[in-house]
Amino acid sequence: MAQLQIPDFRKSTIVDQVGIEERVSRFNTRSIKKESKVKGLKLVLSMIDLTTLEGKDTEGKVKQMCYKAAHPHDALSGLPTVAAVCVYPTMVGTAKQALAGTGVKVASVSTAFPSGQSTRQVKLLDTKFAVEHGADEIDMVISRGEFLKGNYAFVFDEIAAIKEACGTARLKVIFETGELSTLDNVRRASELAMHAGADFIKTSTGKISPAATMPVTLVMLEAIRDFYYATGKMVGMKPAGGISTAKSGLQYLVMLHETLGADWLTNKWFRFGASSLANDVLMQLVKEKTGVYQSKEYFSAD
Amino acid sequence: MKKKNTSVKPLNFTSGWEYAPAPESADHIHLEKQYELFIDGKFVKPGKGKYFDTINPATEKKIASVAEADEQDVAKAVSAARKAYDKVWGRMPAPERAKYIFRIARMIQERSREFAVIETMDGGKPIRESRDIDIPLAANHFFYYAGWADKLNYAFPNQQPAPLGVAGQIIPWNFPLLMAAWKIAPALATGNTVVLKPAETTPLTALKLAELIRDSGLPDGVVNIVTGAGRTGAAIVGHPGIDKIAFTGSTDVGKLIQKSIAGTDKKLTLELGGKAAHIIFEDAPINQAVEGIVNGIFFNQGHVCCAGSRLFVQESVADMVIQKLKDRMETLIVGDPMDKNTDIGAINSKEQLQTILKYIEIGKNEGGEIYQSSCALPGKGYFCKPTLFLNSSQSHRIVQEEIFGPVLTIQTFRTIEEVIEKANNIPYGLSAGVWTDKGSKIFNLTSRLRAGVIWANTYNKFDPASPFGGYKESGFGREGGLHGLMPYLKF
Repeated sequence: MAQLQIPDFRKSTIVDQVGIEERVSRFNTRSIKKESKVKGLKLVLSMIDLTTLEGKDTEGKVKQMCYKAAHPHDALSGLPTVAAVCVYPTMVGTAKQALAGTGVKVASVSTAFPSGQSTRQVKLLDTKFAVEHGADEIDMVISRGEFLKGNYAFVFDEIAAIKEACGTARLKVIFETGELSTLDNVRRASELAMHAGADFIKTSTGKISPAATMPVTLVMLEAIRDFYYATGKMVGMKPAGGISTAKSGLQYLVMLHETLGADWLTNKWFRFGASSLANDVLMQLVKEKTGVYQSKEYFSAD
Repeated sequence: MKKKNTSVKPLNFTSGWEYAPAPESADHIHLEKQYELFIDGKFVKPGKGKYFDTINPATEKKIASVAEADEQDVAKAVSAARKAYDKVWGRMPAPERAKYIFRIARMIQERSREFAVIETMDGGKPIRESRDIDIPLAANHFFYYAGWADKLNYAFPNQQPAPLGVAGQIIPWNFPLLMAAWKIAPALATGNTVVLKPAETTPLTALKLAELIRDSGLPDGVVNIVTGAGRTGAAIVGHPGIDKIAFTGSTDVGKLIQKSIAGTDKKLTLELGGKAAHIIFEDAPINQAVEGIVNGIFFNQGHVCCAGSRLFVQESVADMVIQKLKDRMETLIVGDPMDKNTDIGAINSKEQLQTILKYIEIGKNEGGEIYQSSCALPGKGYFCKPTLFLNSSQSHRIVQEEIFGPVLTIQTFRTIEEVIEKANNIPYGLSAGVWTDKGSKIFNLTSRLRAGVIWANTYNKFDPASPFGGYKESGFGREGGLHGLMPYLKF
């Protein structure tokens, strides 16, 4: 009988935190000006998963956000749409309808987001519900309790099962790195999720602080690179939560560019999970075009 | 994930998103057309009226004329230093001395941008490094030693530390201002006066420091800065009024100095060449180790005496490390040193570029497998691609001799005993680096590697509080930290 090639995740690659932080601070010395800035900002905009994940979300709010996703700022020509909107499963149908024909994808969180504290059965139903209502992408959370316990097989099976339930929808696996406590754990979770079939790995739910940080994202990007060289498979990356300025968007982009190269510089392989980032990017793009900053009131807050 | 899938297409770093030029402005700096000698608190013309050019290695354009000091000029500088030592500085209460040194430190911080730009123009190092490393560290050195000035009796209890007198200091071109700070700060803190000679290719920041020292109100003659080449240096070394020589530079010149002062009572410290072993074990954090390798050899174009120029990789991870290193090299930006995004700037001088290219030829002829990144080099100026020699041997000249450029030799090893033997099998012993996640392995190696500075899981880290210096042909004496005070004191 053929043996499955699943590595022992207790032996995942070691990460040195000091080295990671140094590398990040070096990325942040890059000075992005003029045409490279405009190109970078447009890329950032095109990589955004415009997100609303609140208990008080309404269909009206989701519809308005969907319009914003497809028309980020019509006063400025030549802008891309954002990559996707990210909503709860119950809002998928509404979003799908609102975005019909725009090319903007609909992502749904799932698996008892954000805590993941539920049974496999419920998580599968949650996922199937979202997929049946037209979700193009599923953002699942892992069972952090089982992961921290060292029960890697449980988490592996969980991801594999959800992946199967996704069908053709692309699966993003959220680690909630703010709860994993070490970069070694982030690396281990990354390897585990990629081997279990993740299409994307994602830092956070946005509900726990710290959410995405550059060091955590770098560890995950390096894991993606090593996985690519080992298997030939590309995996996407999505930092989420806490990225709200165009400047930090560009810093993440520099890090992506210099870690994984040109092939990942597209919204097929990189996303920002963010809500307020889009408007800051738009403000900077208008400034690059006109030479002056406009106030926040000139940009729609959806 | 140790196995590499060879059918996978390498990552693409050559297209996609190019960074637009982001040059640092040079508008705010002021440079004279001609620089004189700084003797006894004033800028004076050289006796013979001779000048030499200092050029920008990135453009090959002349920046300024600089005075060349001969024996008489040096004698004037030494007698000014002697007078200042006898009359003022040697007698000054230590807390007063400290105030002056603190003031110099603060003024360097205030003018840091100007110093950074001039350092980059004159020496070719990227502005990122002169701005983030050289200049802040230089200021920190003055801050650190200012703190020691009035605490020498606590540093050396019951030993009655006393200054030596006049220190003659000769510094290299790779960290012009930083080396001046390493030399001047401890000398002043211990109550000595100084005659300092910067390198002939990079005199400008030392001369700007002379302006700053003049403006700081430091008593005349306490610091004298004389410019010139080897002959000026020989005049300092040979002058009978000098009590101590501190030299940083090549091993050949260091040997000459040691010979020429034999039989005199001059004290000597030498910080000379190096050929550091940089050792990567299979249990290291590999991705960070690769970054450490890059910092170790490509920092300051490899013009670093403690550069990690001999890489030893444990054979089980060698392919992976080399693959990652090649990928990382593709992302290094080589070019205009004034551009804020430049990682590797210009080689310091034409002569040095020729030396490096000569060694690259030697390496090829020795059968080393050469790899260079695909970057384009600017048409003008002295530039060299970051270079690897794979499959190097212990008996290759490029492995044995200091190249002082962005050239890394790579050897693999299997056992700890083997790597220690190879690492120590070199006339130099300045620095070394070890990467492993295992603490006991680090301590085993740090106690058995014959090198003055050993970094573990990092490389090229400097701090004023940390002593720096070598074994064997890398010299003797320590600079930095408490140890750095000792060469300037008698007990």
